[in-house]
Amino acid sequence: MDQPEYEVLPKLHVPQTAVGVPAESFASPAVFNVDGVSVYYGSFRAVTNVSLTIHENEITAFIGPSGCGKTTVLRTLNRMNDLIPGARMEGKIHYRGAGLYDTAVSPTAVRRRIGMVFQKANPFPKSIYDNVAYGPRINGIRGKGQLDEIVERSLRQAALWDEVKDRLNKSGLGLSGGQAQRLCIARALAVKPDVVLMDEPCSALDPIATGRIEDLMQEIKSKYTIVIVTHNMQQATRVSDRTAFYSVLRDEKSETRTGVLVEYDRTVNIFENPKDDRTQAYVTGRIG
Amino acid sequence: MNTVAPADPAQSAGSAHPLAHRRPLGDRTFQILALVAGLLVLVILILIAVSTAQQSTSWFTTAGASGIFSIDWDPANNHFGAMSFVFGTVITSVIAIAIAVPVSVAIALLLTDVVSRRWSQPIVYVIDLLAVVPSVVWGLWGILVLVPWLQNSIYGHIGNVLNGVPVLGNLFGPPVSGAAFFTAGVILAIMITPIITSLSREVIATVPAIDKEGAYALGATRWEMIRGAVWPHSQGGVLGAVLIGLGRAMGETIAAALVIGSSATITSHLLAPGYSIPAVIANQFGEASGVFRSALIGMGLFLFAITIIVNLVARGIVERSARRMRGA
Repeated sequence: MDQPEYEVLPKLHVPQTAVGVPAESFASPAVFNVDGVSVYYGSFRAVTNVSLTIHENEITAFIGPSGCGKTTVLRTLNRMNDLIPGARMEGKIHYRGAGLYDTAVSPTAVRRRIGMVFQKANPFPKSIYDNVAYGPRINGIRGKGQLDEIVERSLRQAALWDEVKDRLNKSGLGLSGGQAQRLCIARALAVKPDVVLMDEPCSALDPIATGRIEDLMQEIKSKYTIVIVTHNMQQATRVSDRTAFYSVLRDEKSETRTGVLVEYDRTVNIFENPKDDRTQAYVTGRIG
Repeated sequence: MNTVAPADPAQSAGSAHPLAHRRPLGDRTFQILALVAGLLVLVILILIAVSTAQQSTSWFTTAGASGIFSIDWDPANNHFGAMSFVFGTVITSVIAIAIAVPVSVAIALLLTDVVSRRWSQPIVYVIDLLAVVPSVVWGLWGILVLVPWLQNSIYGHIGNVLNGVPVLGNLFGPPVSGAAFFTAGVILAIMITPIITSLSREVIATVPAIDKEGAYALGATRWEMIRGAVWPHSQGGVLGAVLIGLGRAMGETIAAALVIGSSATITSHLLAPGYSIPAVIANQFGEASGVFRSALIGMGLFLFAITIIVNLVARGIVERSARRMRGA
């Protein structure tokens, strides 16, 4: 919208890392160790027995058909599922070596380190400035100078500063869809999180706005660990270092279904050399 | 309008009607019915204003502005100053709002964001039950139970403790009486709490879940979430609820008449007996005649005007905050 000369599909199929080198030989430290996680909503088992490791300063993509539980797994990583009545989790998640669901762990403290960006941009009905300053404020930062600096830094990181610097006092609801989503990213970055979880952040955006957010992810990944749920397989290939493919497992006898993790590997392997037939069928468009 | 239209794709082949421009009978009947009902409200309102204005003219002409805006109320000597009643109406309403609003908003938040649905439903029933208690019952309970209790157990102590203290002594110091401005304020607060609670609850329940999650995802506690996500969304609507409550408090008649103490005075002492416009109309209209009667009707007109002004101001505030929120 603002930069018409923008290249819409900037880095299609350009591997971020050297292909052919054994993946684990230069793996960065683990941020999350997910071990045998199943999540229930009431009596419905949304995902079953998911285990994977998420690495520092990488972008990990969760892909798969609707109802495969990828968002559910994402929401276990910052304990957002705790807010849903009737939701419960089995298994273990370790975050940087500490049990994420230990009784001594406070969900609010978890979420201050592990931020989240949602499918639908959800700026608060406040000014742009107050939206970004909300997180720092609830962390006890009150100084005007300090807040000004955080707001500017976060908006610059989210590639929004130049577009909004003259109207910081205007409502965040007046922004376009792509700007509002970048505002939400700035808001998440303002608390200096360790991890940013993104739940289909581009599904409501046009290709130009999507491209900007993908560029932004590349720019910030040196500072943050990013996990993104996406329905868009091109997006996964463009941005992610690793990809987890989830699928729906149906039980014909009991007529139940549940989400399972089918395959988790380097993104290039998932898309060019998948080990599982279901992954192969999905990434080549023969939905399985 | 009446040119022959090409075949209407919505009509089955074979029916040769041109595009129908007459709407069905039921549609038109309903439109007329709705229009009449809407106009009726307006007409009744205007008629009330006109007839009360007419019937109060003798007060306006005999007392004049200085008489009307005085505090001297002495019907036996034909002094009909309205200010002590206006004062009482305003002060009891302010007390009622000051008590009822925090309680109501807190209950509304409790129901929407704290307790589960299983617990919120019974609480809603109980609160709605409060709203259907007739005001005369509140008044009787006030005069038989609340007034003696406040007088003997509460006001006396407060008066003794605060006597001579600056500001607080002026507000709550002696002379104290059970039937007082403050007692009327308390009764009014109880009476308007259900409506403010239920309207606020409805407004707060419309806050999108995604906004609440946005706040939680930044590590907000429940209270921080309410301040950051719920409040900016609902403040306009809650203000509207408060104003409806305020309108009721100002207009409440019989309960206030029973507990306010029926003394036409202007004083800073909130624990002293006072009077309000609806209360004096209810108490004295029966034996009033001539200018006295006209003065009571005129005060009704005052109340009408005050209510309208409060509502207009409030509407302005609500709209301005809504506009700011939308990002204009």
